[in-house]
Amino acid sequence: MDLLITRHMRLQNHCVWLNGAVECLLEARSIDQLFRGIYRYYDIDYPKFLKMDNLCKLAFLSAEILLRSTDIVQKYPGEEVGIILENASSSLEYDQKYMESIRDRKKYFPSPSVFVYTIPNIMVAEIAIRHHVKGEHAVLILEQFDPELIYHYVSELFRNQQVNCCLAGWVESYGDHYQSFLFVVEEEDKIKTFKGRPEYVIFDPVNMKKLFEGKSI
Amino acid sequence: MDVFVGASNTITSLGFSTAEHVKQIKADQIGISIYPGGDLYPTAVPLSLIDSRRLLDVFREYLCKSKPDFQLDRFTRSEMLHILSISDTLKNSGVNVKDPRTLIILSTLKGNMDLLKKDGPPAIEPDRVYLWRWSEFLGSFFNSSNKPLVVSIACASGALAILVGSRLIKAGAYDHVIVAGGDILTEFAVSGFQSFQSLSPKPCKPFDAARDGLSLGEGCGSIVLSRNHSLCGIPEKIVVAGGSCTNDAHHISGPLRTGEMFDVAIRRALREASLDPLDIDYISAHGTGTEFYDETEAKALSRAGLEEVPVNSFKGYCGHTLGAAGIVESALAIASMRNNELFKSAGFENPGTSDHINVLTDHTSREVNHCLKTASGFGGCNVAVVFKKI
Repeated sequence: MDLLITRHMRLQNHCVWLNGAVECLLEARSIDQLFRGIYRYYDIDYPKFLKMDNLCKLAFLSAEILLRSTDIVQKYPGEEVGIILENASSSLEYDQKYMESIRDRKKYFPSPSVFVYTIPNIMVAEIAIRHHVKGEHAVLILEQFDPELIYHYVSELFRNQQVNCCLAGWVESYGDHYQSFLFVVEEEDKIKTFKGRPEYVIFDPVNMKKLFEGKSI
Repeated sequence: MDVFVGASNTITSLGFSTAEHVKQIKADQIGISIYPGGDLYPTAVPLSLIDSRRLLDVFREYLCKSKPDFQLDRFTRSEMLHILSISDTLKNSGVNVKDPRTLIILSTLKGNMDLLKKDGPPAIEPDRVYLWRWSEFLGSFFNSSNKPLVVSIACASGALAILVGSRLIKAGAYDHVIVAGGDILTEFAVSGFQSFQSLSPKPCKPFDAARDGLSLGEGCGSIVLSRNHSLCGIPEKIVVAGGSCTNDAHHISGPLRTGEMFDVAIRRALREASLDPLDIDYISAHGTGTEFYDETEAKALSRAGLEEVPVNSFKGYCGHTLGAAGIVESALAIASMRNNELFKSAGFENPGTSDHINVLTDHTSREVNHCLKTASGFGGCNVAVVFKKI
């Protein structure tokens, strides 16, 4: 069974790449402004977006850009699609904000919609809810993007028939720093009809690293 | 390929080893007690807290014996717990943590939760509030060849960490994994869970008709996984036979009340283990004691055809230990498998879920060959793991 990366995107330095090509480059003075700019650029209508913390916004936008104009959501039942994300800072920026907010003991019990963003897998949940993805998922936290880990884990999910399609990558946001690299993994025999499409890339750690660094394969 | 589970350690209000927990549970000891109000919470609330004095004493003694060059004040509470837990598990197994084929996987919500405060202790680098730094610190303490990996999906983190470890061994990435995890309690978690009105004013009563919320607990646990049974440190051959993790794709902070995706996770875990529902001898449930999560879990177990299988929740003994829960409860479930004895579900008196499940009301002896561990949490995550004696 060969696995392929059938679509990939990156978001960093105010720029969005899809399958290696620049989609848009936005001017923005803050991350908040940038994320709102991307939301408008792609003409997204999803009011819940405005409530999300920056980590969820980044994950949500990345999945939106990646899955737009694909038939993945139609092609695979939601139970067969996985979301495996790596990240370094977890939800720390939001955790610290929450901690700051309860320093004043009169505000010791904030609204539940505030606390919920203090767990990193809410970024998975936001993607899952938007795209009806219900399968395997994980948030794996480590210092740097680790393509070997994603390779082993996602390959095992396919081998084990836990997924037939998987979104995977790196979604990191803390303070002024943000970076995402998200891609779709599918089995080669499920996409036979598209064989020979140059944008498809063999799913292996070397290729993942190159795509992450914006290099061509 | 088989992935064996072996030696374990658990630290909660009930004690500092898995054996001590079993002894306390058999004596019907409950670790949840009334916290009188203070730094953690403005008024009295039931919590299950680890004895701080005992922790310091045990850790001081460990440092003197094992690493006399290290100063006590260089470690946070969470780091002390994880070091004690991992070192106990390593001591009781044959796995070498320095082996490049060994990985430490940590499951937690917040790691050094106490460092989220701006003014942390002077001897601790503030950046150990980052989970990757916390895990790197723990890895370097043990001179592990590989930097530890952190798995974090809310309250299902521990159960998923066991699955991640088992899968990475099956994938050939590692031969041995020490799965460890835990959380301490600070006002961060206590205020957060209360913001959901999740905390019960009395010690929690999982699956009971009068349940009205969870009790938070501090905890840390660790378990050895290895492809080599002889390094596991236990004579019984118990394997991670299957597992699955699904998402409700429904709501960020509440379960899908039909239990549908929880049921799918259980069915997939059974399928991978090549077992039928009737083969399962015992279920170690998530059972937090909240109205909707217990209701949903009972529904999922019933949907999966497990309504007659004896089930308990350990949270009535030591509360909801967050990142530790899946590991501590798996360690205790494995103890049940080894000793062929099941423990009653503390706090349960009268059935309180719409769907019938067979909650254990007494400690009983019974052959336990196949055990299902379930977990769920915010973000719509559902995890099922099957342990099998072979």
